[in-house]
Amino acid sequence: MKVGVVVFPGSNCDHDAYTALKHELGVDTVFLFHKEHDLQGVDAVILPGGFSYGDYLRSGAIARFSPIMNEVVRFAQGGGPVFGICNGFQILCEAGLLPGALLRNRDLRFISRHVQIRVRNTRTLFTGELAEGQILSIPIAHGEGNYFADPDVLRELQDGDRIVFEYCDADGNVSDASNPNGSALNIAGIVNGRGNVLGMMPHPERACTPLLGSADGLGIFQSLKRSLEIVLA
Amino acid sequence: MVRNSSAPYSLNPISPLTYAADITVMLRSAILDVQGKTVENALHTLGYAGAGHVRIGKHVTLSLEAGSLEEAEKLAREMAERVLSNPIMEDFVVSVAATTEQEAEA
Repeated sequence: MKVGVVVFPGSNCDHDAYTALKHELGVDTVFLFHKEHDLQGVDAVILPGGFSYGDYLRSGAIARFSPIMNEVVRFAQGGGPVFGICNGFQILCEAGLLPGALLRNRDLRFISRHVQIRVRNTRTLFTGELAEGQILSIPIAHGEGNYFADPDVLRELQDGDRIVFEYCDADGNVSDASNPNGSALNIAGIVNGRGNVLGMMPHPERACTPLLGSADGLGIFQSLKRSLEIVLA
Repeated sequence: MVRNSSAPYSLNPISPLTYAADITVMLRSAILDVQGKTVENALHTLGYAGAGHVRIGKHVTLSLEAGSLEEAEKLAREMAERVLSNPIMEDFVVSVAATTEQEAEA
């Protein structure tokens, strides 16, 4: 089993994702440089957080055209697991692998703090080891995390059970008050129709050991590892 | 540059013409522009009570080599659709003109 973490110019959570997988879970993990044309035979791809290409034009707009992204799109279309975190989520939306877009936060502020998210769908490659309704404390750090999509797309996401994480309060209530950035339907993370591409704004890789204030994010990487073990067995 | 002024430029494949493209990208009108709203509030604070509907977008200018004005417009629109805007959240307006150098030569 091998997982690749893509490194764009401006990625800054690539080492966090690498550390979570390699050192917390013992998964063989490699970095994939944005200029490469080869995924090195990895079984899953992580698009990490950061500010690829300085967020020029729009978040994720330039990264989408990196050479490595052609391979990532092909890999995802073939059913390979692709997990975009924060800027990675923005890139997945720009690349059309996930619907919708991430707008500026409702109150214009860059928000960097721990939030609570509720697990809504455990039948994905990335959430099998979590419990439905489980509340995770995971940090967000973004200026453009306000999930937007047309009403018909939002309906599709709801009907298809594709909303994987939603912002909630400490008791699990999903409300406007627990919505940090104005996201439609409190969406913190969604999956594609086939269930192999997940994008989320919160940073589970920054919450993988108690030393970091929370280890709630590790379950997502554990779920991915477990899914790969089953697929590769 | 020396060209045969009697030959239409579009029939000369060796030396394409240069055009200037202006692309304006704005958030779709249905989307609340929080940045525009904040600037509007600042304008009101400064006493410009009549200022309203402030919206903030991007203005991209570029030079473009193409065989004809039509081709240049087509290319500019393609760039706006594929890269310069995100159709999920933004609209764009493209305007293309021959550069002054060409106008002088023509």
